[in-house]
Amino acid sequence: MASYNTSDFRKGLKVQIDGEPYLMVEMNFVKPGKGNAFYKCRLKNLIRGNVLDRTYKGGDSLEAADVEEINTQYLYRQGETFVFMDNGTYEQYELSAEQVDDGWKYLKEGMPCQIMLFNEIPVTITPPNQVELKVEYCEPAAKGNTATNVTKPVKVETGAEFQCPAFIDIGNVVKIDTRSGEYVERVKS
Amino acid sequence: MSASDDFRPAATWERLQTRAALLRRVREFFQKRDFLEVETPLLSADIVIDRHLEPLWTTLYDDPSRPDDGRRLWLQTSPEFAMKRLLAAGGRALYQITRAFRAAENGPLHNPEFTLVEWYRVGDSMQQGMTLLSELVDVLLQTGSAERISYAEAFEKFVGLDPHRSSLDQLKKSATNHHIQLPAVLHADRDAWLQRLLTELVEPQLGQSGATILFDYPATQAALARIRPDNVPVAERFELYINGIELANGYHELTDPRELLEREKGAQQQRIDEGKLSLPPNQRLLAAMQNGLPACTGVALGFDRVVMLACGARHIDEVLAFPIDRA
Repeated sequence: MASYNTSDFRKGLKVQIDGEPYLMVEMNFVKPGKGNAFYKCRLKNLIRGNVLDRTYKGGDSLEAADVEEINTQYLYRQGETFVFMDNGTYEQYELSAEQVDDGWKYLKEGMPCQIMLFNEIPVTITPPNQVELKVEYCEPAAKGNTATNVTKPVKVETGAEFQCPAFIDIGNVVKIDTRSGEYVERVKS
Repeated sequence: MSASDDFRPAATWERLQTRAALLRRVREFFQKRDFLEVETPLLSADIVIDRHLEPLWTTLYDDPSRPDDGRRLWLQTSPEFAMKRLLAAGGRALYQITRAFRAAENGPLHNPEFTLVEWYRVGDSMQQGMTLLSELVDVLLQTGSAERISYAEAFEKFVGLDPHRSSLDQLKKSATNHHIQLPAVLHADRDAWLQRLLTELVEPQLGQSGATILFDYPATQAALARIRPDNVPVAERFELYINGIELANGYHELTDPRELLEREKGAQQQRIDEGKLSLPPNQRLLAAMQNGLPACTGVALGFDRVVMLACGARHIDEVLAFPIDRA
């Protein structure tokens, strides 16, 4: 297994700790005069998203994470299983609800979606940054209220609910940012 | 940065001009005070034996078809040995501006090849050494007279413990309370805990309005400074900080050759225990000290960091024409 020495440590490195993949999101070299050299790292778990602070000394090493992102298409959902297809190989991947996590809120059949493989096994999905979803149910639109700071819950075609401005109506298409889960705009039909 | 673009300097011309202006001011400062500018070899047969300094070497070969066969020469980690040999041979007040090399040091404040201003004056006490350093830094960065705080006072104030008397467990507990970590293999190392506490809790507070000099280090961190046999013996070592950045390191110098041998033996053993390259015993510094190194105080100033502070740079690369990645 490949590994990275402290001299390779830098932001963006993908490493493996206790069998799980992490992204190095911050790295700082500190060395007091005539003292030990330390590498202060902030690492984000690529599966669960939690953040870990670790301090290493010169000469320490971390295993490289065998991580790969593939481009797929979301096919369908079968109970608690979500099925995707690799655009290149047509190979199908089945992910559990836990692996898909919040991603289900954005998944429409036929939508492109990235899947991260760790040791060739799918671990997480990354939907496109912004997706367009049709509104299936909400309270009637407040006529004349164009303010975007007054919001209400809106249920979209995937079954998920998002906070949208009061002027949104059933049948509208809204654009949602998948990174924040926030409403971006109403899509003109 | 594309491969074809990395021929360009990392520093702007404006910053290179600041560098040059500061170099001129360093020379004027020492000239006014009757210091002699000296040049000593970058390559030498021996090298400072320090637990935490990793030297680079080169091979002086005769046969160009066998460039790996020859005498190993070390690239200096500082000009300390050569300067002290000059002092033992009659030098009184000496300075130089030179390159130093340290492997495994690369980060926002470190480049493996860097510029040091180093000076020594015979007869100076630690107090006089701190005064001279404060004057130079004021000339370069207009910081006024440097505030002085002892290592013990600083720990009392910013960590809330006595760095000389606290037990290993007390240090560990304090660090843990502040979410400060240390790699497991160093958990029994008192000095490593002190350094982590210093880096995380003390250093960021130093030099926030002008310059601050930290002095009287733990005797276990003396390097080549004299140890003053007080109630709690401390090393007559000092460092100057601005904006939490360490700029200079000075010693009221160790002059006892037997003590030198003891400390080098200790540092060598620590290096071996840690699986590090062992370094050759130095003969000429020892001979110089046996001949008689006069009492003196010496300081090394990281010139690149001075330039960083002068122009508000956040990374050392911004003040170097060609940092290591473009060297």
